[in-house]
Amino acid sequence: MTTDVILKIAISGVLTGLVYGLMALGLSVIFGVVRVVNFAHGEMMTIAMYLVIVAFNALGLDPFVMLVPISAVLFALGYLMQRAIINPFINRPEHSQFMLLVAVALVIVNALLLIFGPDSQGVTTSYSFDSFDLGGIIIDAGKVYAAIAALIVAVLLFAFFRLTLTGKAIRACADNYNGALVVGLNVKRLYALTFGIGAACVGAAGTMLMIVTDVTPAIGPAYTLLAFVIVITGGLGSMPGAIIGGVLIGLTEALGGFFFTPSAKSMFSFAILVLILLFRPQGIMGRRTA
Amino acid sequence: MASKTRVTRRTFTAGLGAAGIVAGTAPFNIISAQGAPLKVGVLLPRSGAQAGIGQDCQRGVDVTAGLLKDLKLPALQIMNGDTETNVEVARARAERLINEGAQLLVGAFDSGQSTAIAQVAEQKGIPYVINIAAAPPITEQGYKFVFRNFPVAGRILSDAFENQIEIFKATGNAPKTAVFMHVNDTFGTAMQKGFTAVMGKFPETPYKVVETIAYDGTARDLSVEVAKAKATGAEALVMVSRLNDAILITRELIKQRWSPKAVLSMGPGWYEDQYLKTLGKFADGPMSFVPWYDPNKKLTKALEAALAKAHPGVNLNTNHVYTFEALLVAADAYKRAGSADPKALADAIRATNIKDNVSPGPGIQFDAKGQNAALKNSAIQNRGGKLVTIAPASASNAKPEHPMKPYDKR
Repeated sequence: MTTDVILKIAISGVLTGLVYGLMALGLSVIFGVVRVVNFAHGEMMTIAMYLVIVAFNALGLDPFVMLVPISAVLFALGYLMQRAIINPFINRPEHSQFMLLVAVALVIVNALLLIFGPDSQGVTTSYSFDSFDLGGIIIDAGKVYAAIAALIVAVLLFAFFRLTLTGKAIRACADNYNGALVVGLNVKRLYALTFGIGAACVGAAGTMLMIVTDVTPAIGPAYTLLAFVIVITGGLGSMPGAIIGGVLIGLTEALGGFFFTPSAKSMFSFAILVLILLFRPQGIMGRRTA
Repeated sequence: MASKTRVTRRTFTAGLGAAGIVAGTAPFNIISAQGAPLKVGVLLPRSGAQAGIGQDCQRGVDVTAGLLKDLKLPALQIMNGDTETNVEVARARAERLINEGAQLLVGAFDSGQSTAIAQVAEQKGIPYVINIAAAPPITEQGYKFVFRNFPVAGRILSDAFENQIEIFKATGNAPKTAVFMHVNDTFGTAMQKGFTAVMGKFPETPYKVVETIAYDGTARDLSVEVAKAKATGAEALVMVSRLNDAILITRELIKQRWSPKAVLSMGPGWYEDQYLKTLGKFADGPMSFVPWYDPNKKLTKALEAALAKAHPGVNLNTNHVYTFEALLVAADAYKRAGSADPKALADAIRATNIKDNVSPGPGIQFDAKGQNAALKNSAIQNRGGKLVTIAPASASNAKPEHPMKPYDKR
């Protein structure tokens, strides 16, 4: 095997991992603040992916053009979902929250099946088949664009949480729930806002993923599982951890598949997860709790 | 007083009249049995993972009524059943259809589901005509009510090698090396084992398999798999895949700038309508070695016309052909049996000899096991969004184009 093939596969793994990281970032943000594990995460992303299909087929709109509108739609969906469905469950036992979100996931999968049918669907843009040749290393152009967009969205999100008052208020809620209540923050609204932001991340990730892959209604649970693997690896609740976890999992799957057997790609990501749980249970960037 | 029985002119006339009535109405019993449509339970995976294929098979059912009428065969009353792509559901639906009055069963696309239905049909003594299922054991059980007009897996593979050799001889250009990629599910793994075993029986095969790559059929990204295949430097790509992965692999071939001399598919995916529509000009070139139809047969043209009328824009394919032929077998047997009695129907199916059919080969006949062993398989090639049959020469309508036009020159 030549070095340029290995390098090409490694770069491809990193680029895919960045988009996965953005998807997992949504899950991490929601858990870090609201302390609810969103078991409908991958399914919410498939909604975004189908919105891309609809916009592309009906209006010929490129996924990049739809990045902001679809993220906005998912933000609204997440915000309303938190206010209407999840908020009443905030103080209930974790298994109740789990059952609620699994039920939401099932409803989404079956609704998409009813509307779009079981076949896989994708979009073919003018750059769908393009690639860059960097001195013999061929890189998928779509993955490069998607990864750059994912990085930009992630940076904007970090800036929002660090620089804006609302972002700081959300972080205050995450750090000290009672303290946030005492200083007069509207925690319920901030929770809904956080869920909306997490859903918007998923919307952006789903839109970008449509550039590199197809969608079926049944693919949601696989993405939910992948998001869990990434955030646990990176550190549950840690935003940089989600991106680092995404890159690590993308790279591991790519190189593991190349050097061993491609059909066992996901085995390597789960092996990483097991090692992390054994030796650093809080994840790469997670904080150890007392 | 002893009564003396004798035939008078009056009793003779009455007896003659009664005999006449009985004799006169007897044929009507047969006619009335034939007049009533045969109740056929059509079991297909209409939902679940194979829903798309089940719905495609249904298109073959949709066009059957008109064609049977043109062939002067009795009408069928179709009773739809959904197997939900699940073996246990297939078994339960078969039982339910029989309880609801189905006199014959047809289906079910998948070997596992068909095996379950065959067990029910045999137990209940109801004839079952399999439309599509390639696992050999189904017709190796000594069943009396189970019939299959579809080639078994070994036959599909041996015909694939025969057709490849014919194609490469005809074009005077053959790949020397190939990489074999297959899905890692039951179907893909069985095909990989079968391919390796059958290849040994065809020493004239021009290429050697330099690497075998198994991959997850539900994978979201197949770039690593294609990079690995490309790195072997093989001239041809032999595939056992399904639709979604066939599309993903083609996209990767283009993006990774690898144009093999030939893509040789031993399964679904590469010739399906969605593949052609999604990839446009990049869909051209791959050859698929599959159970198909003889494009030159009269009934094929009628079936194509009926499908074009009922479902414009849909190319005739395996799903339509073999589902239609299963119903053709049912109607033909019903006509000859003269009744819907299950045993009479099964005997009539066993004696089937349909020459005017669609699939390649001499026609539809069943051996003692209930298998149509005379079926031939075809090689087809994607050309300009259509499918042409390139082998065997006796059932083809185009010459093969080989090597494949490189993706970057389209």
